[in-house]
Amino acid sequence: MDILDYAFMQRALIAATLVGLTAPAIGTYLVQRRQAIMGDGIGHVAMTGVALGFLMHTNPIWMATLVAIVGSVAMEMIRSRGKTSGDIALAMLFYGGMAGGVMIINLAPNGSTANLLTYMFGSITTVAPEDVTAICALAAVVIAFTIGLRRQLFAVCQDEEFARVTGLPVRLLNLLIAVTAAVTVTVAMRIVGLLLVSAMMVIPVAAAQRVTRGFTATLGLAMAIGVTVALSGTVTTYYVDAPSGAAIVLLAIAVFLVLAVVATPLARYRARAVAAAEAECTFPGTRGPSDDVRV
Amino acid sequence: MPAQREPVIAISGASASLGSRPVLRGVDLTVSRGEVVALLGANGSGKSTAVRAAVGQVPLTGGTIELFGTPLKRYRDWARVGYVPQRTTAASGVPATVREVVSAGRLARTKLGWPGRADRAAVHRALELVGMADRAKDSVNALSGGQHQRVLIARALAGEPDLLIMDEPMAGVDLTSQEVLAGALRDQVATGATVLLVLHELGALEPLIDRAVVLRDGCVVHDGPPPEAVGQHALPGHDHVHPHAPHEAEPFRTGLLT
Repeated sequence: MDILDYAFMQRALIAATLVGLTAPAIGTYLVQRRQAIMGDGIGHVAMTGVALGFLMHTNPIWMATLVAIVGSVAMEMIRSRGKTSGDIALAMLFYGGMAGGVMIINLAPNGSTANLLTYMFGSITTVAPEDVTAICALAAVVIAFTIGLRRQLFAVCQDEEFARVTGLPVRLLNLLIAVTAAVTVTVAMRIVGLLLVSAMMVIPVAAAQRVTRGFTATLGLAMAIGVTVALSGTVTTYYVDAPSGAAIVLLAIAVFLVLAVVATPLARYRARAVAAAEAECTFPGTRGPSDDVRV
Repeated sequence: MPAQREPVIAISGASASLGSRPVLRGVDLTVSRGEVVALLGANGSGKSTAVRAAVGQVPLTGGTIELFGTPLKRYRDWARVGYVPQRTTAASGVPATVREVVSAGRLARTKLGWPGRADRAAVHRALELVGMADRAKDSVNALSGGQHQRVLIARALAGEPDLLIMDEPMAGVDLTSQEVLAGALRDQVATGATVLLVLHELGALEPLIDRAVVLRDGCVVHDGPPPEAVGQHALPGHDHVHPHAPHEAEPFRTGLLT
């Protein structure tokens, strides 16, 4: 394994592993409440943060994290209001973030739109040593939250009204989901890229649920698929000179297609098993008042 | 009879509106400990809004609500309340097993902590009460409407509540499930639970109901013993004009229709 001899490759593989774990972990909750597109929006907004980082000569990761958190909290507030005009407000936020990024990067001394490209589609050669520290710290937060509070987050995403009546701090948990999604976007930024990060939040989850029946199982399998495609995509781009995000996302789609094909006979088998269990007629022998037919 | 017992739910002069349309217009409703009260009324009469207001999910524009003697705003002891919302038809984006959904009801007790052995046992008991223990590992997406409703009721029971608030628990439920649910509810009532439930018709639950409250256009129009007749026939203003001959001693008993 000579590719492990290169320090840049070691850093890229560490980052890829963490992306593969975190993106599907938070993505499972976003998909559960049909907010799959949220990651995409945060990615767009984070572009303004990256550009600001350039302009201020700081590491773009921290600036991108900050701006992404502000953007995702704004999105959560729009979502929780539940207004129909929220759709338009989200669009403003998405495209404002992207346009702002392109504008600001061109204001930076010797900055141009080309500087943004590696952040858009990911690149294995750009993971700096200080990025690895940042990515590890941020990923640890994301994993602790998405695994440790999975029961509570599941309840909130599955039936928000019921969760509020159990007395859970639903508003706080919703804000934490938004912040965690923002942090995940910046974890994934270097390897997968801001425009493709949403794919890593959604496709492994979609692939996993072709074969799973439960939530925890889906979460676990999605993370396993995520790590597998993130690592193999990163290794692929060591040999093929292409943005790592593109390779990773195409591999994820391939896994989805394979599982979709495998799942069809599995689903048929399960449906038949359920039907067989219910096929027998169990006549209780006694009739209740509800058996009466009134005309 | 229940007047001297302590009120578990006390709604007085409650008004609420959805958008600009008033849905509740001064509703008074008291449910005492151990009582089973059915809230009846036509679609749009405000019965669903009334129970959602009772669990703090609809803001009031006037009036007060107390749960266990505490004003709703300051009420925190949600583990005592088991809530069954109106069944949503849309399944969520990710599959979930029956046990996972029912376990969510236990969060009223565990809150942000981890479940222990007692919590898992409570979830199992709730599943057995509604006859779904053998389906615990199945996806809820694979269930029929009636089975799905049983799961939502098990979820409310998993928290071992003193008060059950249910919004149309029998809507779209097959006969078998109706009987299972009536049995589960009877067990809860026998152990002293208080129940407020929205119903379209009394149906299989008729023998359990102590009192019926009928709403029309956001106002209480009847509060007293459950009407003799069933369903829409129970509502005041319903003309008992039937285009067929007066029935002989017994209704048809074919068991074909529910």
